[in-house]
Amino acid sequence: MDWFFQQLINGLALGAIYALIALGYTMVYGVLRFINFAHSDVLMLGAFAAYYLAQAVAPVLGPASIPTALVVIVLSAAICAVIGMTIEFLAYRPLRKRPKLTVLITAIGVSLFIEYTGQHEKVFGAATKPFPTLLPKTEIIVGALRCSSNDLVVVGLTAVLLVAMWFIVQRTKIGMAMRAVSFNEQAASLMGVNVNAIISFTFAIGSALAAVGGIFYSMRAPGIEPLMGVQPGLRAFIAAVLGGIGNLPGAALGGLVLGLIETFFGGMPGLSDYRDAIAFALLILILLFRPAGLLGKLQTEKV
Amino acid sequence: MYRRIFFSLLGAAALGLAGCQKTATDEIPVGEFASLTGKEATFGQSSHEGTVLAVEEINAAGGVLGKKIKLLTEDNGSKPGESANAVNKLIAKDNVVAILGEVASSRSLEAAPICQSNKIPMISPSSTNPKVTETGDYIFRVCFIDPFQGTVMANFAKKTLKAQKIAVFTDVKSDYSKGLAKYFKEGFLKAGGQVVSELDYNGGDKDFKGQLTAIKSANPDGVFVPGYYTDAALICIQAKEVGLTVPIFGGDGWESEKLTEIGKDSVEGTYFSTHYSPDAGGEKGKAFVEAYKKRYNGKSPDAMAALGYDSALILADAIKRAGSSDGTKVRDALAATKDFDAVTGKITINAQRDADKAAVILEVKDGKFKYIETIAP
Repeated sequence: MDWFFQQLINGLALGAIYALIALGYTMVYGVLRFINFAHSDVLMLGAFAAYYLAQAVAPVLGPASIPTALVVIVLSAAICAVIGMTIEFLAYRPLRKRPKLTVLITAIGVSLFIEYTGQHEKVFGAATKPFPTLLPKTEIIVGALRCSSNDLVVVGLTAVLLVAMWFIVQRTKIGMAMRAVSFNEQAASLMGVNVNAIISFTFAIGSALAAVGGIFYSMRAPGIEPLMGVQPGLRAFIAAVLGGIGNLPGAALGGLVLGLIETFFGGMPGLSDYRDAIAFALLILILLFRPAGLLGKLQTEKV
Repeated sequence: MYRRIFFSLLGAAALGLAGCQKTATDEIPVGEFASLTGKEATFGQSSHEGTVLAVEEINAAGGVLGKKIKLLTEDNGSKPGESANAVNKLIAKDNVVAILGEVASSRSLEAAPICQSNKIPMISPSSTNPKVTETGDYIFRVCFIDPFQGTVMANFAKKTLKAQKIAVFTDVKSDYSKGLAKYFKEGFLKAGGQVVSELDYNGGDKDFKGQLTAIKSANPDGVFVPGYYTDAALICIQAKEVGLTVPIFGGDGWESEKLTEIGKDSVEGTYFSTHYSPDAGGEKGKAFVEAYKKRYNGKSPDAMAALGYDSALILADAIKRAGSSDGTKVRDALAATKDFDAVTGKITINAQRDADKAAVILEVKDGKFKYIETIAP
């Protein structure tokens, strides 16, 4: 039984990170109706931003302290927000009136561009770099169960950010504008909504979330390289679809489900190398019976 | 239209010229393919540095058959598929007489059939999976193979670590890891031990806690992780986090400074087997360590560097004995290599075109690799 609860803790902690990343996918999809495949690379850029910032900040505020972690995370999120807006401005905005497929292919192009530029010697280089310890870490041991303090921080932070996103989208003026753009871009602009600004804002938030997700992912597995975003990005994308893409609580739920599946099947002898296959099979099954995902409803307002 | 034809003709002519320039008559072109970037970059870099040092020394001493060796290196970025491209290019365009390469068995296995069908001898410095040289009679290696390495680690676990129950954690993406895991298990069962848990991961994964928790609940006395250094470091970190405190040990895929750089405290007290240690002594070994340090700003050579060095020396020796750089003649000379005095020990190429040699076991201590013992075949 201990084994079960331990895996539950591991799975939830991993799932919370997927949920954070999935939130970004789902936000952009909600407004623009397209999958931003470069999201996984913004995640990687967030981790690298933190890697370099930590070297600058740690001597001032002390290594592995809460102020260091806060400063590094906030600055990395800000950098990635700018990067996200730049990507949208340069790559997606000129194509906004084109068919969705064109934008989708462009997104894949942007993703590959960032990955392979990052692998160049003069940029990050392809070799794995050790990610610094940002937060002081303690092991919390209850009976036979163990949980890292980082895991609790991730779960808490994901919950806070989820609520914050929900609040922004549902209770603020800019959120109302986001929903309006999502509903009908043309009508929204006729009502005086600055569509370009709203879309930039959506990308900024989504990319900031990706950066936070990337940093926590790197804290868990402290080796970072330019292709590190691919795996968690793909899983977060599945999580977003699983939960109902465009739906915020759905993305969080999908992330948790995926984290749990991966952890439980990873721990089963004989099944451990099929854990991704099982996750994908489950995705297909769910989409067969609920085409809009777990929490998604067809034809409802989406952001 | 005419312009297009003109340009394509021009392009073809340029290619032809480039092809011709490579084969100067006073040089012997030798190809090398290596993972200079990517996941196993430190292996590729070390091996490459060793090879370059050997070629420079050979050329400084007058070369072979009165000609200088020209080393042409291609990077495969540690990615599948790229090695085949690299080797095809080296053979077809650069007309190399032999190929040196790869550390990773999966990538050597990609290149081997191409070398075999072109009758170009290939020497792998450090691919330990038996299948590599089974590809054909033109494929050689200068290191030991996994059945030996697996047995060495099995005996080490049983006798030195006094472990009775072992968990094996394998990278299913890598031929090297799967092979080594298999031979370790056979050896350990034969030594009277028990394998209590067998789990898999995919090379490049970042989360191992699911598997490690399962391993912990099986209560082993030690965990064998026959993977590569990046994954191994992350596994050691997360093992500590799930409270798995028994010794973790692996094979030659662990030997990289990245292991301690990423793993930090978590890799302390782990063990791995490898081909060579600068502390293991030997006249030739000492001279090599000195030359390497001088050439690469005081950096200490690791096993991959030593094997890269040896692979080039053995090739030069074979070309010398063959009296020609013809593929078939060099192959025959390579196959006849006996008691060649190399940095990593005496090398005799056996009937399977593998080298019979000893292994060393190292321990990670204070962020350094400490020599424990040498185990002869």
